[in-house]
Amino acid sequence: MAIKLLIEAVRETMLSLMEQDERVIVLGEDVGKLGGVLRTTDGLWKRFGDSRVIDSPLAESSIVGAAVGASMNGLLPIAEIQFSDFIFPAFNAIVSEAARIRYRSNNDWACPIVIRAPYGGGIHGALYHSQSPEAFFAHVPGLKVVATASPKDLKGLLRSALYDPDPVLIFEHKKAYRLIKEEVPDDDYTIPLGKAEVKRAGDSLSIITYGLMTYHALAAAEKLAQDEINVEVLDLRSLRPLDVEAILATAQKTGRVLVVHEDNLTGGIGGEVSALIAQYAFSYLDAPIMRLAGPDVPAMGFNHVFEEEFLVSPERIERAARKLAEY
Amino acid sequence: MASTREEQAEAQVLAGVQDSAEVHPIAAEEATAQANMTGENGDGADEAFQPATRANYRDLGLNGDQLLEMYYYMLLARSLDERQWLLNRQGKIAFVISCQGQEAAQVGLAYALEKGKDFVCPYYRDLGFMVTLGQTAKDVMLSVWGRAENTDSGGKQMPGHFGHRKLNVPTGSSPIGTQNVHAAGVALAFKLRGIDGVVTTQIGEGGTSQGDWHEAMNFASTMKLPMIMMVENNKYAISEPQDRQMAIKNVADRAPGYGMPGVIVDGNDVLDVYRAAVEAVRRARAGEGPTLIEAKVTRYTPHSSDDDDRRYRDRAEVEEVKNNRDAITIFRKLLTDEGILTSELDEKIRSGIRAQVDEATEYAMSAPDPAPSDLYRHVYADQSERTFDSQLSFEWSGSK
Repeated sequence: MAIKLLIEAVRETMLSLMEQDERVIVLGEDVGKLGGVLRTTDGLWKRFGDSRVIDSPLAESSIVGAAVGASMNGLLPIAEIQFSDFIFPAFNAIVSEAARIRYRSNNDWACPIVIRAPYGGGIHGALYHSQSPEAFFAHVPGLKVVATASPKDLKGLLRSALYDPDPVLIFEHKKAYRLIKEEVPDDDYTIPLGKAEVKRAGDSLSIITYGLMTYHALAAAEKLAQDEINVEVLDLRSLRPLDVEAILATAQKTGRVLVVHEDNLTGGIGGEVSALIAQYAFSYLDAPIMRLAGPDVPAMGFNHVFEEEFLVSPERIERAARKLAEY
Repeated sequence: MASTREEQAEAQVLAGVQDSAEVHPIAAEEATAQANMTGENGDGADEAFQPATRANYRDLGLNGDQLLEMYYYMLLARSLDERQWLLNRQGKIAFVISCQGQEAAQVGLAYALEKGKDFVCPYYRDLGFMVTLGQTAKDVMLSVWGRAENTDSGGKQMPGHFGHRKLNVPTGSSPIGTQNVHAAGVALAFKLRGIDGVVTTQIGEGGTSQGDWHEAMNFASTMKLPMIMMVENNKYAISEPQDRQMAIKNVADRAPGYGMPGVIVDGNDVLDVYRAAVEAVRRARAGEGPTLIEAKVTRYTPHSSDDDDRRYRDRAEVEEVKNNRDAITIFRKLLTDEGILTSELDEKIRSGIRAQVDEATEYAMSAPDPAPSDLYRHVYADQSERTFDSQLSFEWSGSK
């Protein structure tokens, strides 16, 4: 066991995957000599060189498209998109292509790629270095989507993602890279995709969330415990497929559900989670399902005033939870 | 007014089409030197299309049997294509998208590849490629009806959306240019794995307007990958003529801009194409990087069975090429003059193809459709999706 930052978990997991499997390559902007603008691939190029860690042209559509092609010719590519805000030029390559390779070929071909991208705000990144685009991709059959801020979870999820025979997007919270430290087991392990985790057990109220918001929810839960509101925090980890059994189980257990995400409210994952609970756990609910999410503005602005106004915080979560508890 | 438009269209066609009077057979070495290499030396980049010279098949290392094979593939593609139009006009099939007029460009390049090793990322007109690589008449006709047994997609995709793992043809789609970036990735894998495989990828001149085409060209040339980009320039992207897609006369003129050679070939001369293909394949295998081959061809049919090309071009344009410069007719003449093909052998080949096409049509016409439950399969490797009926429940039944 050792304490690791999220950035260290990302780097070290990729290093060990590449050491163990010569089919793994990393492809993206500045991933090579520089080691990534956020240092996510630091040390990889030094260890593996040009033939495994490839500095690509500045063109996201072909970073993903080439990864798709390479995965159909014997390699296991990890494509890095420098900031998730820049994933949109590759949207066609991901949604029209990667997601459909197996389906449209009737299982003749597969596309086992991993696309990793830092997402989320709080680092003065403004409108184009702070976005949370996960919902666009969680909507797409044929893709798997994971979002986390946890070093321990990332290590297991990345390994599962790499060996998943279908395309997996991993969104890593960029603020968490250097903010979140956890005990991470030394040995190699996998965390199955499609499995959520109860990060804090409770019986008064459930907070269903993911990413950096998991840690904010845990902080809020500590405060709420002092008033005997025992919050259960369920970290989704996988946004597609969702762990529906875990979602329904926590709703059943507490009867009060608050869904929290940093991403914009409307059309975010919170809607899907809420609809599932409303359809399949209706009779267990003691209160309406509540969502707390980023406001419906394009993104958080550069000035800290804008960032603070946009971001869901432990205090806001606490306030929402109290409201729900009082219903 | 109207005549200016027609004159423009005519000029466009003539600019891209070889004048048969200027064709004269010369030695292959001379031909290679004269080929429109617009690559690193920048020669010929601004010149109008040069009439191609007929390559000497012996100098290309081809024997009579191989020529007959090429002939057979072109004929097979043409016949399968004609049959599809017949069926479509009879109301028996929903959709056709053709290779007619472009067979020589396709067979000429496909024939230069090593089956089982090389990959092809085609576009929707590439029936000539597919039959040369080994797709059977039956496979083709099964795709036309979207039957369960169809090797490309099991009825999930429209015809012309090729894919066949055994033939090293990655599954294609409708968004144009996506196959080119996939090819760049296939080529990257060959290079990184140290395998001397080659990948060819094809597209129309209209498709070269897409960002993905440019990204693929840039990616492959920057990383010096074993990729061959063939642009089948048939002068129309559905209804839009070439000058709506680019300010230049030849797509090959772009090649020096990417730091790769660009070669123009007569798409009606299968040996001219083959000659350029052999050199491009050699370059790729030797680690010298990608090549752009622009084949000047004519699209005999409308864009697809849903298009009416009388709205934007003169039938005479097409008839002129069909009557005077058809690739199969030209090749037949060469084979006959060289004593490789007699009229008896020709009839034997044609009737054999007819029988194949008839048998394939019969088979596919009555082959089973996929089951409704097949809709839900193969979204992922490890699960089927929940059916429509499951949406009507108030109890979660999981995704099994």
